[in-house]
Parts: sequence; structure tokens; C-alpha cells
Amino acid sequence: MDQLTKTILEQVADLHDIPQGAYNIRQDGQSAGRRSTENIIIQPKKDKPGIDILIKPNTKNESVHIPVVVTQSGLTDLVYNHFEVGENADVLIVAGCGVHNDGSKASRHDGIHTFHIGKNAKLRYVEKHYGQGEGSGERILNPTTVIEMEEGAYCEMEMVQIKGVDSTKRETSAKLKAGAKLIMIEKLMTHGRQEAVSNMDIELNGPDSVTQIISRSVAKEDSIQIFHPKAIGNERCRAHVQCDSIIMDRAKISSIPEIAANHPEAEIVHEAAIGRINNDQLLKLQTFGLTAEEAESVIVEGFLS
Amino acid sequence: MLKLQNLTFEIEGKGKIIDDISFEMPSGKFLVITGPNGGGKSTLARLIMGIERPTSGRIIFNDVDITEKSISERAKMGIGFGFQQPPRFKGMTVRRLLSLAEGKELTEDRCCNYLTQVGLCSKDYLNREADFSLSGGEMKRIEIATLMARELKLAIYDEPEAGIDLWSFKTLVESFKTMSKSRHESVMIISHQERIMQIADDVLMLANGRIRAYGTREEILPTLMGELENCELSPEGSDNKWIS
Ligand SMILES: Nc1ncnc2c1ncn2[C@@H]1O[C@H](COP(=O)(O)OP(=O)(O)O)[C@@H](O)[C@H]1O
Ligand SMILES: [Mg+2]
Repeated sequence: MDQLTKTILEQVADLHDIPQGAYNIRQDGQSAGRRSTENIIIQPKKDKPGIDILIKPNTKNESVHIPVVVTQSGLTDLVYNHFEVGENADVLIVAGCGVHNDGSKASRHDGIHTFHIGKNAKLRYVEKHYGQGEGSGERILNPTTVIEMEEGAYCEMEMVQIKGVDSTKRETSAKLKAGAKLIMIEKLMTHGRQEAVSNMDIELNGPDSVTQIISRSVAKEDSIQIFHPKAIGNERCRAHVQCDSIIMDRAKISSIPEIAANHPEAEIVHEAAIGRINNDQLLKLQTFGLTAEEAESVIVEGFLS
Repeated sequence: MLKLQNLTFEIEGKGKIIDDISFEMPSGKFLVITGPNGGGKSTLARLIMGIERPTSGRIIFNDVDITEKSISERAKMGIGFGFQQPPRFKGMTVRRLLSLAEGKELTEDRCCNYLTQVGLCSKDYLNREADFSLSGGEMKRIEIATLMARELKLAIYDEPEAGIDLWSFKTLVESFKTMSKSRHESVMIISHQERIMQIADDVLMLANGRIRAYGTREEILPTLMGELENCELSPEGSDNKWIS
């Protein structure tokens, strides 16, 4: 593994070395290392690029790392990954994609992830997106995430993109059965002329299903962000959508929430706020001896932490 | 230690909020500033911290003219300020906020110590976010803790009692007596509370942007209490009575 790849792996997956447990490292459209364990089988797809990750029922306290690294300018990498989380399993999946583009052509990774989370299974999924490189070529990441949750399944997803991705279009959809609970945390920071679009579509189809969507974003300079979270309650359920953004410089943010209830006992709440950094916050931190610039970055860092 | 020379702060259309104030606060004193609402107390404190800039006049701190200095320069010189209405920070834990105040990462024990001083059961608060999930009184106490966490030459508290129940308030007054006096060379507290005035060395009364009275607690308090009595007995019960 070269130094560049190592740096990117640290950024997107906190990896300093080959991870413990099951893993698959994809670099420039090819597999750069893979390991299955007794309970977690990773196998390449036969019909298209990508892998199937099969987690056996009752697998507990195991983790899977599946980072992707793109270092080749001009590469378009399309990958389909499927995650099958068996009943009663309790696992952590660390995904992430880092693009290093030193060239003049756009580098792009489109990850299409499908999840099937079995009855009473518990999944924590963390995905970080990161871009670097001096070239004029764009770094583009377009993830699609499709989640299906069985009865009593629990899923917590944290998706973070805080640096260096020029353009991103995120599509997320989920269908929840009875008693399933989905927590989605999205953290996004854009700067320069970056553009980010995030569409979410959550269907609560089973009684007592619950979802909580938390989106926090910071838009700096001339960047643009568009959010479109949608929660549909088809049964007795609860959904809470919260979008909170800090806007700076000449950036633009739109938040277009959509909530629908098709059942009298569906309880769906949406909250959205876009605003500048509060002046008193800046003043308060300056009274600790921070400069105005330091205060600003402390506030942004806290907000996205 | 702190010298104000002909300090004036004027807002267009509102007139002089601070009107040609001069006074000297000697080092090591515990000064309470009191007076009716709208009298200019917070403005005076914000001028000293550098949050507002005076229209005219000078501010001298330990023989240095700080009138043109920024907030953070003044902070580095040892001035601290607890806001009357402290801002909240989404995503920032109480521990992080206190660490920023002290200027280094605080151990859990140290954080707990500061929180206990302000009457908060520390374990519950360390990792909570200093955001809108906290009540006004809780946030106010954390604000006070951010000052107690700092070694200061001059600590300025703006109405620390606001939003705090009587029981916690007793603990707080004790903390001002011990903690603040040991970590802060001089203390300026804007307050309406007799309990706080009772621990002051000096009391200054500010009304309509001017100093109405300034002296030792023994000198000022009896007349002040007299005026307050009258005020409560008067049918209007207004602040104006107090100034007139
Ligand atoms: N930035 C400002 N803009 C307009 N009016 C202000 C400003 N700051 C203070 N004032 C006014 O000055 C007066 C004094 O306010 P303040 O210093 O907060 O009084 P106190 O703290 O004694 O209650 C009030 O009438 C207030 O409305
Ligand atoms: Mg005030």
C-alpha cells in the first residue's frame, strides 16, 4: 500500500493499517485486498462490479471495513454493493470513499449500496467522503443507498462529507417494517464552488416503526446545497426530520421537506433552520481569547461533530 | 487597576446610553454594579470587554490604554465576561466549552469541580451539549463556570442570578466568595441581589448612563435599601421612582 492510499484510508475509515475482521479495499476500480471471516463473507458479484457482504444471523460485535480509494484522474468507478445483515446480528460497517485527483479530468465514484437488515438485527453504518489533490479535475461522488428493514431491525447511519468533494448527489431511500427503527445522520460541508444535493425517501410501512433524520450542514463561499428529505407514514409510526444549516459568505442552501401521513396515527415532524453563525457565539469565544476566525472554525467544527 | 475616563457611548436616535462616566476600580476589589433596568449596566460591561466601542473617552487597564484593543486582546490581558444572556452552541459539549474557556483540554475531574461550584450535578452535564436542550438557568450556570475556569485579573459577571432558583443561588454566592475571589484578582458583578451586595467591598449605582453613587458597601447599601423600600411601597412601583 503506498503512502497516498494510506493517507486516504486514514481520512475515510480511520485506518492506519489492514483492519481487523472482514474487509474489502477497492482502489481505482479493482480489489486491493479482501478478507472474509467465519461469520462475514465478502464475495465479488458475478454479473456486475461490486461485492456482496453476507453477515450470518446472530453475528455479534464484528465489524466490516469497505473503503474505496480513487487516485486515477479521469476514472469513473461504478460499483454495486449489497449488504445482507442476518437476523439478530449486531455489527458495524465502516464504508467511505476518498478521491485524490491531481489531473485535469473528472474522477468519479458512484457507489450503489443496498441493505437488507433482518429481523431484530442491529447495524451501525459509518460512511465518510473525502476529496484531495491539486488538479483542476473535479472530484465527484454520487452515492445511492437503498435500505430495507425487517421487523424490529435497528439501523444507525452516519454519512459525513466534510472536505474536498466538488460535486455530490446523494439518493437515499428506506422502507421500514413493524417496529423497525432508522436513525440517519448526515453531515455536510461545502466550500468553493461545490454543489451537494441530498434526496431522502423514507417509508414507514409497519406499525410502530420509527425514524429520525438529522441533517447538519455548513455551506461556505460560493457553494450550493439542496436538501429534499421526505418521510411517508403509512402506518402508526413516528418520524422526526431535522435539518439545520449554517450559511456563510455567498453560499446558497435550500431545504425542501416533504412529509406525508397516510394513517391517522402517523406522527411526523419536520424542523428546518438555515442561518448565519450567531454573533453572540463569536463574541463569547473571543472573550476566551480566540480570534474571530478561530471562533468561527470552533463553532463550525462543533456543529458538525 | 481599571480606570474609565469620560467614557461615553451614544447610539443615534437613542442618545447617550453611557454618559461621560469616570471612575477607578482599585485592584483586589469585589465591586457590585446595580441600578434600574435600562440604566446602562450591561453596556458598561460590554465596553470594558471590548464588545462595544465607546463614542469617546478612554479605558485604562493596569496602566495600559485598551480603548482600541480587540476583545481577544483584552481576554489575553486577563479580562473575562459572563453574558447576561449566554449564547448556546449546537454540537458543543459543556466540557469542550469549559476547555475552550480555560484554554486547554480539561480533565473530567476539573470540569466536574467547576460545575459543582455553580450547583450543577457535574456527571450529568459534562457531555451534554450546550445547546437549547439546557434550561435558561442551566445555561446561565455554565456561563458562570466558564469564568470560574479562568485565571483572571478582572472577572465581569452580568446578572449571574438571572434564572437561578433560590437554593442554587445560595451555593453560587458561596462560590463567588471562595472560588472567584481566589482565581480572580478583581470581580465586577452586575446584580440586583442583596445577597451578592452583602459580599461586595464596593457598590456602584448606575442610572440613565450615569453614576448615581459609588462607595463602600457600608456607605451605599443603607441608602440603596431605603430607596428600594420606597420603591416597593410606592403605588406605581416603577423603576423611575428609584432614579428620581
Ligand atoms: N446596541 C444597542 N442598540 C440600541 N439600544 C441599545 C443598545 N445597547 C443598549 N441599548 C439601550 O441602552 C439602554 C441600556 O441598556 P443596558 O446596558 O442593557 O441596561 P441594563 O443592563 O442596565 O439593564 C437600554 O435602553 C437599551 O435598550
Ligand atoms: Mg443588563
